[in-house]
Amino acid sequence: MDKHSPPTRPDVDEHDAHKTKPRNPLQRLYAAFESPGRRRALHLTILAILIVTPWISSQYTTVILTNALLYVVLCLGLNIVVGYAGLLDLGYAAFFAVGAYTVGILTQQFGVNFWAAIPFALMAAALAGVIIGGPTLRLRSDYLAIVTLGFGEIVRFTARNLEITGGASGLSHIPEPSLFGWHIDSSIDFYYVFVVLAVLAYIASQRLFDSRLGRAWLYVRHDEDAAEAMGINRVATKLAAYVTGAIFGAIGGIFFSVNLGAISPESFSFQQSVLILLAVVLGGMGKIPGVILGAFIVVLGPELLRDFGTLRLLIFAVLLLLIMLFRPSGIWPEKRS
Amino acid sequence: MTWYDSFLQQFVDGLVLGSFYALVALGYTMVFGVIKLLNFAHGDLYMTGAFAGFGGLSLVSGFLGAGWLGIFVAMLLAMLAVGCLGVVIERVAYHPMLGAPRLSILITALAVSLGLQNAALAMTGGQYTAFSTDLGFGGFNLGNLFLSYNQIVLVTTAAVLMIALELFVSRTLYGRAMRAVSIDKDMCRMMGINVSAVIAVTFFIGSGLAAAAGTMAGAYYGSIWYFMGFLIGLKAFTAAVIGGIGSITGAMLGGLILGLLESFGTHIPFIGSEWKDVFTFSILILVLVFKPTGLLGKSEVERM
Repeated sequence: MDKHSPPTRPDVDEHDAHKTKPRNPLQRLYAAFESPGRRRALHLTILAILIVTPWISSQYTTVILTNALLYVVLCLGLNIVVGYAGLLDLGYAAFFAVGAYTVGILTQQFGVNFWAAIPFALMAAALAGVIIGGPTLRLRSDYLAIVTLGFGEIVRFTARNLEITGGASGLSHIPEPSLFGWHIDSSIDFYYVFVVLAVLAYIASQRLFDSRLGRAWLYVRHDEDAAEAMGINRVATKLAAYVTGAIFGAIGGIFFSVNLGAISPESFSFQQSVLILLAVVLGGMGKIPGVILGAFIVVLGPELLRDFGTLRLLIFAVLLLLIMLFRPSGIWPEKRS
Repeated sequence: MTWYDSFLQQFVDGLVLGSFYALVALGYTMVFGVIKLLNFAHGDLYMTGAFAGFGGLSLVSGFLGAGWLGIFVAMLLAMLAVGCLGVVIERVAYHPMLGAPRLSILITALAVSLGLQNAALAMTGGQYTAFSTDLGFGGFNLGNLFLSYNQIVLVTTAAVLMIALELFVSRTLYGRAMRAVSIDKDMCRMMGINVSAVIAVTFFIGSGLAAAAGTMAGAYYGSIWYFMGFLIGLKAFTAAVIGGIGSITGAMLGGLILGLLESFGTHIPFIGSEWKDVFTFSILILVLVFKPTGLLGKSEVERM
């Protein structure tokens, strides 16, 4: 078997290796996780931990972890918009709301089967992505941020003012789903549902990142004009990011609504959007493991600080500030090449 | 009451609301002008200003009373305190980040906002605090139109502050430096302008104006709470965008227009008061989509 590589290959590899040589312990740790062999072992370990955890921990921990996994799904979705395509979205909770409300309304008010309602929720979210993205994608980044914020607030106020969404008190008694006779109702059941969702979101994110579309996003993010000159349709590419992100958000919302059984407009406030964005930026935009880490920090951090009572979010804000000051690209940033 | 009187009454209400929006919008637009940062914490500086004004009033009301004089002194104290706070925030949180990715600075601003809100939440326990004054509800009738003294003083104070700012920016050396920094920071540095000092002054003035608005709003509406800055922050931003972000006159104009639009908008059929905020944000989106430079903003060819 011919073991010779093409002549230019070793040069490139050496060059890259030199460039990305781990410098400090943290980088060495990250690099250790990123080697392909260990990655597989790491995946299996994490999966095993996720499966075993509810059996050895309290119900409280299970509920918190379920929430963290929900955030993993949402953050990976927002990561596609912000991290991959570089579009700052401050109204991501709107997509989360569209998913949750569509399923809530269809199942609770029209008696539609939960699984049959899902496609409608996804379509509604994709439509919302197009509606929000369509007119705004030509804007500058900070304007885009504000417009998405405005849309997020419009969705929340609309949910609060309409009758079909239950007004300010929202919808309650959303029926729990069942799958082939398995009635999903206990907190452990929902925990496993979210484990499956988080794993699927992880795989989808990874595959999107490696896809043709993923490379187009990267290109558009780095240099929009050059990307367009190379034949990438700028608006369509960005719109695809919005719609994909919206679908991730809606999936989170769909299962969030049946998990809690009740939703209200305040679950989808600006704070919610900020928290999701926070997790993405904190972890490291565009970097999947970083984003997952960020999601866990954002959910578990305030829980761990629970002893501080009303001061916990203040402490959290200070910690966040410190992280941003000392690691402005996030805890586990994307490698620059 | 004829439609004409109703129109005038809405106009006065809109003017009061617009004065608050304009004062807060000025801070947004000035900070955006010099360091191109959307200061998300600005609405919370307004809230902090309301609390500082409340604290100031309880300090001075013993010998000045809780009437106009007391509130005026309290407002000046609040402007000073919150102005300094604004400078500290800029130094600690934004200054080290100026070279960092833009999103990171934005997140820093969100962290500051979260911090201010939760500090106020921890101190008040999330309760509304009564901002009691001796202002009363006096006023006079002009035909069928009722004007309260509070409204007149409030709009006048806001107008005086805005005129003072306009004079400062257009006539003084620091004002000129501020305008220069907003155009080209590096060139300013080369010309010997102390850019850091100019940025600090900008934050001081912007935060001070937000505090003035906060104190006045507290005294006018009679209660304050930790979350009062959020919505007005967003709306003031809308006002700044309508006027053209970066433009000081634009922010004033945008604030007044937004105040009037909201005041009249709630009386258009199908747009009741519960749809007021949807109405405001729709305006924001329409302006950004169709005329992103706003009314008075300079057109800028820049992408992402």
